[in-house]
Amino acid sequence: MAMNYNAKDEVDGGPPCAPGGTAKTRRPDNTAFKQQRLPAWQPILTAGTVLPIFFIIGLIFIPIGIGIFVTSNNIREIEGNVFMYYGLSNFYQNHRRYVKSRDDSQLNGDSSALLNPSKECEPYRRNEDKPIAPCGAIANSMFNDTLELFLIGNDSYPMPIALKKRGIAWWTDKNVKFRNPPGGDNLEERFKGTTKPVNWLKPVYMLDSDPDNNGFINEDFIVWMRTAALPTFRKLYRLIERKSDLHPTLPAGRYYLNITYNYPVHYFDGRKRMILSTISWMGGKNPFLGIAYIAVGSISFLLGVVLLVINHKYRNSSNTADITI
Amino acid sequence: MDCSLVRTLVHRYCAGEENWVDSRTIYVGHREPPPGAEAYIPQRYPDNRIVSSKYTFWNFIPKNLFEQFRRIANFYFLIIFLVQLIIDTPTSPVTSGLPLFFVITVTAIKQGYEDWLRHKADNAMNQCPVHFIQHGKLVRKQSRKLRVGDIVMVKEDETFPCDLIFLSSNRGDGTCHVTTASLDGESSHKTHYAVQDTKGFHTEEDIDGLHATIECEQPQPDLYKFVGRINVYSDLNDPVVRPLGSENLLLRGATLKNTEKIFGVAIYTGMETKMALNYQSKSQKRSAVEKSMNVFLIVYLCILISKALINTVLKYVWQSEPFRDEPWYNQKTESERQRNLFLKAFTDFLAFMVLFNYIIPVSMYVTVEMQKFLGSYFITWDEDMFDEETGEGPLVNTSDLNEELGQVEYIFTDKTGTLTENNMEFKECCIEGHVYVPHVICNGQVLPDASGIDMIDSSPSVSGREREELFFRALCLCHTVQVKDDDNPDGPRKSPDGGKSCVYISSSPDEVALVEGVQRLGFTYLRLKDNYMEILNRDNGVERFELLEILSFDSVRRRMSVIVKSAEGDIYLFCKGADSSIFPRVIEGKVDQIRARVERNAVEGLRTLCVAYKRLIPEEYEGICQLLQAAKVALQDREKKLAEAYEQIEKDLILLGATAVEDRLQEKAADTIEALQKAGIKVWVLTGDKMETAAATCYACKLFRRNTQLLELTTKRIEEQSLHDVLFELSKTVLRHSGSLTRDTFSGLSADMQDYGLIIDGAALSLIMKPREDGSSGNYRELFLEICRSCSAVLCCRMAPLQKAQIVKLIKFSKEHPITLAIGDGANDVSMILEAHVGIGVIGKEGRQAARNSDYAIPKFKHLKKMLLVHGHFYYIRISELVQYFFYKNVCFIFPQFLYQFFCGFSQQTLYDTAYLTLYNISFTSLPILLYSLMEQHVSIDVLKRDPALYRDIAKNALLRWRVFIYWTLLGLFDALVFFFGAYFMFENTTVTSNGQIMTTNTHMIFGNWTFGTLVFTVMVFTVTLKLALDTHYWTWINHFVIWGSLLFYVVFSLLWGGVIWPFLNYQRMYYVFIQMLSSGPAWLAIVLLVTVSLLPDVLKKVLCRQLWPTATERVQQNGCAQPWDQDSEFTPLASLQSPGYQSTCPSAAWSGSRPQQVTLAVWKGKVSAEPPPAPGCSHRCCSSSPRHGCPGSLVGMLV
Repeated sequence: MAMNYNAKDEVDGGPPCAPGGTAKTRRPDNTAFKQQRLPAWQPILTAGTVLPIFFIIGLIFIPIGIGIFVTSNNIREIEGNVFMYYGLSNFYQNHRRYVKSRDDSQLNGDSSALLNPSKECEPYRRNEDKPIAPCGAIANSMFNDTLELFLIGNDSYPMPIALKKRGIAWWTDKNVKFRNPPGGDNLEERFKGTTKPVNWLKPVYMLDSDPDNNGFINEDFIVWMRTAALPTFRKLYRLIERKSDLHPTLPAGRYYLNITYNYPVHYFDGRKRMILSTISWMGGKNPFLGIAYIAVGSISFLLGVVLLVINHKYRNSSNTADITI
Repeated sequence: MDCSLVRTLVHRYCAGEENWVDSRTIYVGHREPPPGAEAYIPQRYPDNRIVSSKYTFWNFIPKNLFEQFRRIANFYFLIIFLVQLIIDTPTSPVTSGLPLFFVITVTAIKQGYEDWLRHKADNAMNQCPVHFIQHGKLVRKQSRKLRVGDIVMVKEDETFPCDLIFLSSNRGDGTCHVTTASLDGESSHKTHYAVQDTKGFHTEEDIDGLHATIECEQPQPDLYKFVGRINVYSDLNDPVVRPLGSENLLLRGATLKNTEKIFGVAIYTGMETKMALNYQSKSQKRSAVEKSMNVFLIVYLCILISKALINTVLKYVWQSEPFRDEPWYNQKTESERQRNLFLKAFTDFLAFMVLFNYIIPVSMYVTVEMQKFLGSYFITWDEDMFDEETGEGPLVNTSDLNEELGQVEYIFTDKTGTLTENNMEFKECCIEGHVYVPHVICNGQVLPDASGIDMIDSSPSVSGREREELFFRALCLCHTVQVKDDDNPDGPRKSPDGGKSCVYISSSPDEVALVEGVQRLGFTYLRLKDNYMEILNRDNGVERFELLEILSFDSVRRRMSVIVKSAEGDIYLFCKGADSSIFPRVIEGKVDQIRARVERNAVEGLRTLCVAYKRLIPEEYEGICQLLQAAKVALQDREKKLAEAYEQIEKDLILLGATAVEDRLQEKAADTIEALQKAGIKVWVLTGDKMETAAATCYACKLFRRNTQLLELTTKRIEEQSLHDVLFELSKTVLRHSGSLTRDTFSGLSADMQDYGLIIDGAALSLIMKPREDGSSGNYRELFLEICRSCSAVLCCRMAPLQKAQIVKLIKFSKEHPITLAIGDGANDVSMILEAHVGIGVIGKEGRQAARNSDYAIPKFKHLKKMLLVHGHFYYIRISELVQYFFYKNVCFIFPQFLYQFFCGFSQQTLYDTAYLTLYNISFTSLPILLYSLMEQHVSIDVLKRDPALYRDIAKNALLRWRVFIYWTLLGLFDALVFFFGAYFMFENTTVTSNGQIMTTNTHMIFGNWTFGTLVFTVMVFTVTLKLALDTHYWTWINHFVIWGSLLFYVVFSLLWGGVIWPFLNYQRMYYVFIQMLSSGPAWLAIVLLVTVSLLPDVLKKVLCRQLWPTATERVQQNGCAQPWDQDSEFTPLASLQSPGYQSTCPSAAWSGSRPQQVTLAVWKGKVSAEPPPAPGCSHRCCSSSPRHGCPGSLVGMLV
């Protein structure tokens, strides 16, 4: 009977190819991928596998945290290079209107952008029919207080501390991203046809006497142009280099800070600060990271213990469950 | 005769209904009919151009765009994009425009390509040459130029260019053979008949001289229905009117076989052909996952809007102090200042919307679509679901429902051809109470003659012998079987043993089985020639019967008849049909004996048919002829009139006997059903068969077990009691036990859950479904549903196709809204396949209609097991993880952005760079989840197959419940808080600085807002990717490649993106940001710390849940690792699964037993070889929770 049917199928199977032939062609390939049988590692997160990981995290994180914490606290010692920062608070450098108010092409020395700055710079784009260089709100509001540090020696005579202006901006910013417009040696000549930002006292080509630190590649300017992430921020102002291994960079004593006050902050309820700090292998003074590492390490360790207990109890409960069988 | 009709037509036309006429008149060969014959209103018919393409070259772009933006998601993204274009928003339009453009373009290209293919196919079809008759000559033209009324010639093996009325063929008897393989997949040859009065026209000249009109209904998609009339005019007489039915109609797409050429007249052309009308797409089905996804989307849309609202309000509160709104260092332009406050607030709101819009990602849609499309290949590739016998593999007609396969709660299965082989075998026949069993095989050989008959009862008398032969003749004549012609159709084959060389073809396998069975009993049906049926009787003599009428089979009448005239001139009506449709029409014969036998056979699962006859005197026959003719010519309600006529004709029959045909169960059908039931799926059998047969099949395939208490809701019972009483009684029985208040008396054992099986028949169902006079039909339905819910298996017999769909609908819309699956193989299952959430077609013997209309097609019922338990399960966990993960990673992505607003004066400043915003979803985090959602296997295929109960773990959309969704969202929020505030404290407390030792210069630098964003983003990309890594249970090399590759790609991209001054950008904000960040020690430390902190809670949750409340799946996973301590207490030994007796005593254990028994036992044996393996008795005690005969404590101790 069944044979009869097969015979019929073969004759009647419509298309000229016999079922056997079609079977060969239509049969799916027996590859591991197609059959979803690729060799695979099948890890499962069980208490057994995770427990050691928790302990390991604890054991690794706590020492790291302590290390960071200690290093971070040791930074107080004013040895090695000292960095001088100015800090502003309540200053929204991250406001959208502010962040985008710049023209990177102009800052990169593009001469057409120099004379025709981007529309993003409005309302600091043109002044008295002349394009502003550098245009935009960021540049316009550049921090222009001057800070000077003096050591008051035994003879009460304030000794000025040498503050290094160079080397405070990213190397790439200074050498690639920011460039003065092309032209001859005379910087003023290169900025011809532009005007200074409204709030500035001096034009951009008079920011510094050093030709390698003037114009757009002035490092104070570059630092300012890197907009801060949060409304309370600090920016690197100067570098106090260590002169010799014998003497501390800033020896103990009385210091005198001279501030030329240009920058108004009261209007927006802001504060100014000056910070001196050294840095270590892990950056500036930063108790947060150390504390966080210690906290996470201990929590992880604790969780490991809790898991161990639960695991143990669970065994017990499964024990009793089994007994009821 | 047709005057009245003409009048009505005229009436209708005059009444102004010209636009729509329910019939059309066609002039054959465009010849005007004789004047005055008819009022004619010309109708416009389309040409024979088939247009399956959707677009033309010109309208492609607008139309395709319109179609695409009709999708709500695309429209939403378009709006966002437009908002970005119009107002000043924080992110550039590129960020949302690019992904949208990508999606739209890819879709457009795909659709354009598909349409181009359709155009090509259309052109090929429209331009293929067709032979016309024009002015008596044969002309070749392109197919598209064909018009209604043209006379067409078709040669052998050509397909018909349009729907034709068959006028004549070169065969003398005016028949032709046709296969409709491309229409409905049936490859059998069907015979079509030429119009009686035109079948003599064999040449072009003849046919050109034909003068006729055809009236027929307007085109409709039903392939098997056609009514029309032809009026043939000759010069002398009145027009001859002939009925036209589907047997005269040759459909476009069908192929001419075994016939040299035919002539036909075009009646439906182009898009009006039945084939074209059938191309209409099915209604779209949406899966439960998609529905949940849309609900989640709405939730996120609400979150999005509220976020934007909150920020807008806060912004204006914050800005109320002028020094904040416009400090001296950050002034507005004049136009900004002058803008209306409300307009400003509104644009701010829109800007916030744009800023946060990534929370609903475009890429999710793309990924889901890709996952479904690519994932569905795993079904077609599956070797286990390939059937060697037929050479068929599974087909996926839609990939939208893949995950629905993992959610099925009800299966509605057809019986014949689905549960059973549909490979019929003639078992026995009962003639006048004597039982005949043909010995099919005797020593491996088919016995040719009557000696094969084994008569169980005493030998019949002479009159008995007469009856016996009449019975065999009836079986030989009463059918629609065709004999497969060989090359020379006129050479009658006279082989004494007939059987093996004759190949019978029929749409019904029962008929073939009967004809073949009778052949073994000595009567061979040879062929139908010139309306004469030839049979070879036992004495090798050929008997010829003139076939007068066929009263064809239909599923309502459940019987068919033929009227034949023997050589002696006697006219017989032979009727064959289901017992219930024959017995009431019988007036004579040994009804009781035969009925007893039929019932006995039915209980054994055999398909029974009764055969009856009556002798007609010529006058009676005349009457019948007229009755039939009248019904056949009717244009309206022809079906109904025919049915009435049949009813009148098939009565006062004399019962001859009954036949029994066995339809064997499909291989592993019982196993499959058992597995599905263990998976928590309720299996219902819906069949047109009679109750006894169906019930027997149900027992055979273990749907009903020995201890199943059967509840009957049948017509018979309802006749005795009222429906109301029956229903209430049943519900009482069922509810009593579900309340578990009483002890079951049936099994004598304690039973919290008695197994109930319900049997209901079509008539009872329609009573339940019928709205009552007082309009309280809902009552019965509810009650019925209540009963059904408490039954583990339901059998619905005597179902009409539409009733099957009705049942599915009833369950589908019951209050739990369960997911339903319908599986069937025949045309009668199509309605339920279309109705159910998932429709599965079995590629069977009854044509391919079911397979064509289904969502998935499989070669055998047994493949359903792997389809649901493995593929469905996988698809479900994959897609649910995909959906949840997408929401999670976008919460992680956008929530820091939201938090940042509080620190940037609500100015909509973005935290991340545009490139990161754009690429986060497209490339950094897209591939790992896509590959996860294609490859993930949380447990192996074999385990899923072995342990069907795992399917319950994902039932009811378990992985997309609100609880899970909220967990994921909270996890996302937590992670976002960690990223943001981690970075915040790093930046706030002191500068994150770099001493630049990695760089060449020894400087000490300050990081700005872009570094802040990059730090958050880096932590996020790593966390989100590693979170997926934690969820991955199946690490193939592809997963490794994609996960680690994505992270690597992110780093490389960031290095590159920050490493170059990009000339096309008008800002260089990212220049060296990433590299500088990496040169800072604290940044590294922060990344490690924050990633760890973000992942810890999830790991903890996973471990704790697994330890304290493990799901069945988790236990199985762990078992694979041979963790011995988590033996579950609810195990069931093998014995209790195998024996139904145990099953009833311990059903809860058997059902929730979460581990395959083999595994359990293996572990036990392996662990404690010294101890005796647990006796089956243990399982009993587990149910009664009594510790007294516990397995030895030492054993437990060792296990633990």
